[in-house]
Amino acid sequence: MITLNINKKNYNVDVDQDTPLLWVLRDTLGLVGTKYGCGVAQCGACTIHLNGEAVRSCVTKVSRAAGQKVVTIEGLAEKGDHPLQKAWLELDVSQCGYCQAGQVMSAAVLLKENKAPTDADIDAAMAGNICRCGTYLRIRDAIHRAADIQRKGTEKT
Amino acid sequence: MVILALLVSIVAGAISGPARKASHARIAGDEETELLKDSARSVAAFKEVYKVLMHPRCMNCHPAGDVPLQNDDSHLHAMLPRRGNGGHGVYAMKCANCHQPTNTPGLRTPPGNPKWALPPADMKMVFQNKNPRELALQIMDYKSNGHKNKAQLIEHARDTLVKWGWDPGEGRSLPPLNYQEFVAAWDTWINTGGYAPAR
Repeated sequence: MITLNINKKNYNVDVDQDTPLLWVLRDTLGLVGTKYGCGVAQCGACTIHLNGEAVRSCVTKVSRAAGQKVVTIEGLAEKGDHPLQKAWLELDVSQCGYCQAGQVMSAAVLLKENKAPTDADIDAAMAGNICRCGTYLRIRDAIHRAADIQRKGTEKT
Repeated sequence: MVILALLVSIVAGAISGPARKASHARIAGDEETELLKDSARSVAAFKEVYKVLMHPRCMNCHPAGDVPLQNDDSHLHAMLPRRGNGGHGVYAMKCANCHQPTNTPGLRTPPGNPKWALPPADMKMVFQNKNPRELALQIMDYKSNGHKNKAQLIEHARDTLVKWGWDPGEGRSLPPLNYQEFVAAWDTWINTGGYAPAR
């Protein structure tokens, strides 16, 4: 039995410790917002946060996450109102949408570490997330917009 | 005439740098263990060491630029991950996001080690494009080898990330010496004086 803390909730899962975390999230726990893309850490669709880092869950053994803090797209913001989610809707970023959960999770790490990223910062941060629809330019715009939203939110408080 | 000869000598020295023969850069801790220095044996050992250090399993994470290299042709790593200040990547592109503590099973999957990283930005320890002399001098220079004294250099050959080179996961070639041969050559090179080849 492995104990996982996912989106601030504890789960006990009876799986082999070498099972990829992505399988546990989707098949065992039903958290299907995180997507399977390539299975070999090449596309970024399965990106989640492990202790605040944008980890590829398809190659991460569940044992690595035991006792650590995991956040998936479902837990990024309790009401689905993270600045990135707001910006994504505002700019209508998604096309097919399959990669977008991973894109948002990667962008969230960028915005946490860099409140005002440049285009170059965004390109460096997002280079591991592939979008087969080619929404890269809208993603970049949305990250800039989310940085604005985040900044204004901070100014108000 | 004597002055002219002296000038020629000085100019030649300025152009060619230190005498173009096996040279020895003293390293911290060296004075404590005055072993038999043997420049010929030391240089011969380093030539074996050099073959390993320039192999893709070692060199790919000691690139001249800020993007790691990949595969046996040492092309730029897919997705162009960046070194970052600490050598662990940047933002959502940190090494450990994909590279696990162990190799991921299967072909073309991320290799892994608990210490997976590039050298840090302020101490890049570049191997790529270095000739044997340049690389030997770099490794024996405390200011450019990650601040390692002699004992730490000897120990470095036993480091888990160095050992990974001989357990690189499926589909990756191995360095031209086996691990025991490499360690023997490394120790011999350093213990006989850490001499750099003439070129």
